[in-house]
Amino acid sequence: MIRFTNVSKRYPGGYEALSDVNFHLNQGEMAFLTGHSGAGKSTLLKLIALIERPSGGQVVVGGQNIAKLGRRKIPYHRRNIGVIFQDHRLLFDRTVFDNVALPLIIAGYSRDEIGRRVRAALDKVGLLRKEKVYPITLSGGEQQRVGIARAVINKPPLLLADEPTGNLDPELSREIMGIFEEFNRVGVTVLVASHDLALIDQIPARRLILRGGRLIQGGGV
Amino acid sequence: MGATLQRRGSGGISIYIARHLQTLFYALGQLSLKPFSTLMMVAVIGIALAMPAGLHVLLKNVQQVLAGWDGAAQLSLFLQHDVKESQALALAQKLRTRDGIASVDYISRDQAMAEFKRLSGFGEALKALEDNPLPPVLVVHPTLALQGPELLKQLREELAAEQAVEIAQLDMQWIKRLYALMDIGKRGVWILAAMFALGVLLVVGNTIRLAIQNKRDEIVIIKLIGGTDTFIRRPFLYSGFWYGLLGGMIALLMIESALLFLSGEVNNLAILYSSEFRLATVDLATAGALLLGGLLLGLGGSWLAVGRHLRSIEPT
Repeated sequence: MIRFTNVSKRYPGGYEALSDVNFHLNQGEMAFLTGHSGAGKSTLLKLIALIERPSGGQVVVGGQNIAKLGRRKIPYHRRNIGVIFQDHRLLFDRTVFDNVALPLIIAGYSRDEIGRRVRAALDKVGLLRKEKVYPITLSGGEQQRVGIARAVINKPPLLLADEPTGNLDPELSREIMGIFEEFNRVGVTVLVASHDLALIDQIPARRLILRGGRLIQGGGV
Repeated sequence: MGATLQRRGSGGISIYIARHLQTLFYALGQLSLKPFSTLMMVAVIGIALAMPAGLHVLLKNVQQVLAGWDGAAQLSLFLQHDVKESQALALAQKLRTRDGIASVDYISRDQAMAEFKRLSGFGEALKALEDNPLPPVLVVHPTLALQGPELLKQLREELAAEQAVEIAQLDMQWIKRLYALMDIGKRGVWILAAMFALGVLLVVGNTIRLAIQNKRDEIVIIKLIGGTDTFIRRPFLYSGFWYGLLGGMIALLMIESALLFLSGEVNNLAILYSSEFRLATVDLATAGALLLGGLLLGLGGSWLAVGRHLRSIEPT
């Protein structure tokens, strides 16, 4: 599903966020990406979603070398990846329903289909009764679950999460991780960046450990 | 996943149209959320459009007045110096029976002198003349049927051939001058229209630019979840569309009210001149051009802004 070959990323100004990273994530696999902050976790996820381009090496996602994707094709690439952000990135002037529906509206689904899918996704994250409220009235954990519902609404084969439990208490965090495990069980490839080792220890999944931009564990399959 | 470019859920043409309509009215809804600033914006566009369009309507009215005066073309027949009054009157009588001539006025040498003294201001100097140098004149008014410049020219030549006539002169010079002035006026309308069009383009462009900056976060999020440039661009383009269309409507309203305001006085004036003239309102073609022009300018302005600023907003 994801294959990094000798990937490096140097930001303008010379800071090298990733150097010579190699790993392969199989389809349907779940893995954690850990390391101290600044180790390059976010950068690695950004390379997969084409928010950043690698300075060197090759990133293959879903069998496609994404370095060759032109600007115009990036949106279609991103529609196949559900991304969950630490800061949720919700639209606060729209209801929960409209937030979750956004990827479907973008992709041009019919109104009926959108209604059906949004309710199913909200049901899955336990927020069905909150579809008409605005995100600002929700707790952090609920906002994160809206973000998750939005990420999975399009049924993407790949789910990326960047510190999804960063601001949540342990109990809520465990709940969020449970949701990821559920998606993984139905065949979705999941890659979660997190520095919450106590939490990760409870879940049997592969660990990719970054230190100073280098992958020091978990690279081989 | 291999088929990264596969478009999913594209539901055919009806959904495409529904989506556009939805965005169209979403954009209108967004504008109605800020009624005051929207109204200001639309008024600015309206005034800018009303200037050249109003001048255009005014010129059209002047043209109509001139069309009425075209019939006032007259021929002055300057008779030979030695033609006697009785001869002149006989000629006048003869001409009155001719086809194509409505009336003939006779101006004797004395009358001509008196008028010249009055109008020229050379009163005292003219007294020095021993003899009246002015010829008797017949003023010929052609019938309305005889309107084309060619026909008038033909009539002039025929009258010039009369024995007693020294010079036959067609008095259309002043109308030609007026027409030349009108042509300058029309050019002026175009220059004004071009300048104000540019103004509208920039005003709309700037407003849309601000709107884009206000929606920066939203644009980033939509890009992150796979929104294409086209998708993101659409609501902004429709905002421009509405600004332009509403501006055009305001302009139309302004011109119509101005005409209404003027019409009473103009009608009074027309009655004083015993004219049938009535102030023409904005015709359908002008109204259509105004609305379409506003709409296109709004769309164009937002296109400029969107093209320049949307690309620079990328998720990080």
